[in-house]
Amino acid sequence: MTDFSNTPVVDVEDLSVTFQREGNSIRAVNGISFSLRRGEVLTVIGESGSGKSVMLRTVLGLIPSYARIGGKVQVKGVDIAGLNAEQRSAMRGRDVSMIFQEPATAFDPVYTVGEQIAETIVRHEGTSQITAMARAKDLLDLVAIPSAERRLKNFPHEMSGGMRQRAMIALALACNPSVLLADEPTTALDATVQIQLLVLLRKLQRELDMALIFVTHDMGVAAEISDRVAVMYAGRFVETGTVEDVLLAPTHPYTRGLLSSTVHAGMRGQTLQTITGSPPDLRRLPKGCSFAPRCTQAMDACRLDSPMARQVGGNHMAACLRVGELATA
Amino acid sequence: MLQFVFRRITQVIPILLGVTLVTFALVQIMPGSIADMLVPPSAPQSLKDEINRIYGLDRSLFEQYFLWLGQLLTGNLGVSLVSSRPVAGELFAAMLNTLQITLISAVIGFGLGILFGAISALNAGKWPDRLFTFVSIAGVSVPHYWLAILMVTIFSVQFNLLPAQGMGPAGFPTTWEQWRPMIMPIFTLSLIPMGVVGRLVRASVLEVLSQEFVQALGAKGLRDRQVRMHVAKNAAPAVLAVMGLQFGYLLGGSILVETVFNWPGTGKLLNQAIFTNDMPIIQATVLVLSIMFVLVNLAVDVAQAAIDPRMRR
Repeated sequence: MTDFSNTPVVDVEDLSVTFQREGNSIRAVNGISFSLRRGEVLTVIGESGSGKSVMLRTVLGLIPSYARIGGKVQVKGVDIAGLNAEQRSAMRGRDVSMIFQEPATAFDPVYTVGEQIAETIVRHEGTSQITAMARAKDLLDLVAIPSAERRLKNFPHEMSGGMRQRAMIALALACNPSVLLADEPTTALDATVQIQLLVLLRKLQRELDMALIFVTHDMGVAAEISDRVAVMYAGRFVETGTVEDVLLAPTHPYTRGLLSSTVHAGMRGQTLQTITGSPPDLRRLPKGCSFAPRCTQAMDACRLDSPMARQVGGNHMAACLRVGELATA
Repeated sequence: MLQFVFRRITQVIPILLGVTLVTFALVQIMPGSIADMLVPPSAPQSLKDEINRIYGLDRSLFEQYFLWLGQLLTGNLGVSLVSSRPVAGELFAAMLNTLQITLISAVIGFGLGILFGAISALNAGKWPDRLFTFVSIAGVSVPHYWLAILMVTIFSVQFNLLPAQGMGPAGFPTTWEQWRPMIMPIFTLSLIPMGVVGRLVRASVLEVLSQEFVQALGAKGLRDRQVRMHVAKNAAPAVLAVMGLQFGYLLGGSILVETVFNWPGTGKLLNQAIFTNDMPIIQATVLVLSIMFVLVNLAVDVAQAAIDPRMRR
């Protein structure tokens, strides 16, 4: 008998995604590897356009057919490239499910929230509509929506933003997935609601022993929720490690730039540091390190080859040629 | 929902009153009087006065309107000046004939429009989309009467396959003899609704497909067929609105087609009444067509609200 407790539920190896359209090839993801066991949380931090969302959708097998996928994505030991369309859709929502950024647009406006949750349960477990509705009610209870029975009959527009996002979590949990993907789930919400949701998500993730990939551009959110952090830039992980490693002892110049451009209390009167320039055009990635054109520490060697991840210490890795000098600096 | 239906119905009442007011005013604006119609210009003034008195034309407009409205509510639409028969009976018979071809045209036009539009949207940019886009635009652009005459020239005159004019034996169409004369009018009438609905279905479906929830439906593992059901329900309200309008246009707009094919419906009735200055017929036909237009749109509103809860406010 195979022991699954120690094998990763998600195993991504050298994943690359290229969109080929009208003569352009857009390289959204360029060689990402990571693996995640049940109960682990990986937070991916990056700017808009860094490839975070594309990466999530690839794990979900929900990527347009004109995309070319390289490398390997395994979910619960199954390579998703080997699955046909039906097997892939059977996996979505059952083994892997996703929480979207905008609960306002991620629900179908003309079906009740209860119907939409029950629909997923019926699809994957073939239960009756009545059983599925009863489960949907329990799920709304689980995510702490008050008077769940009544809320089942609500249409999405009849709920507040925070409640809709709770309902979205309930929907994602409907079939006890082993992997939960969250695409900036708190970005569209008020700060107070944000923290409640993070706490809830973290609690549910632990109780249900799920692997969670959490995508955000908010450092505070990352610090709150994660075990491990990966910083993504131009489709690559430029720095990975524990929250303490990456957020308290950042090594890669990009991570440092990101952290110093974050606003927090006690900065009044200081000029905000920004990273000059803008992310590279994914159609024409620079030959060497993608961050070199914006990097204040760049050397000639940086422009020759894309740097491999180097160990900073323990599991703390950074894809930078100057790791040694910068880590101590 | 019930509350919404009730509110919409109460909103329709003033619209219907407005319709009666406009139709009444229409006849007042028209040149000529009933007396001029019925007797030669040389007739003595006393005779004309007598006619005006019989038709109530000597009273104030205000009185005339309410008398007419009162008669309407009892189902009395007046008497034709030409045939001297009650307008209600003539109009009812014509309406049945018109509904016979417009209902079938609507079913065919809407059905093909939905089919073509959906295929186009699901294959956007590919050859089926281009083909159906061409068919739809051609359907909307070709003038009704020109196409009707062209078809008569080809199928009736050249090949003698279909009758150029008229209607088969009266009654619910079951026999080939009844269907044969309907083919060309129905074909002509269904082209525009097919084109308009086809274009709209394509646009609405593409609009819905671009929304994030469609991706979310895929993310929770629904099959393509199930996702398409969601898309259809979301696209339906906009399509229903246009179908309501198109059906209204079909009822009123069949004048040209009915005239070319000599189909004894409301269009032909109205056309004849205009040429013979038969005011009671004109007034009643315009009124009934307008009321049907209003009622069809009421039905569409209710159907839209039943599908999309956001419209119930």
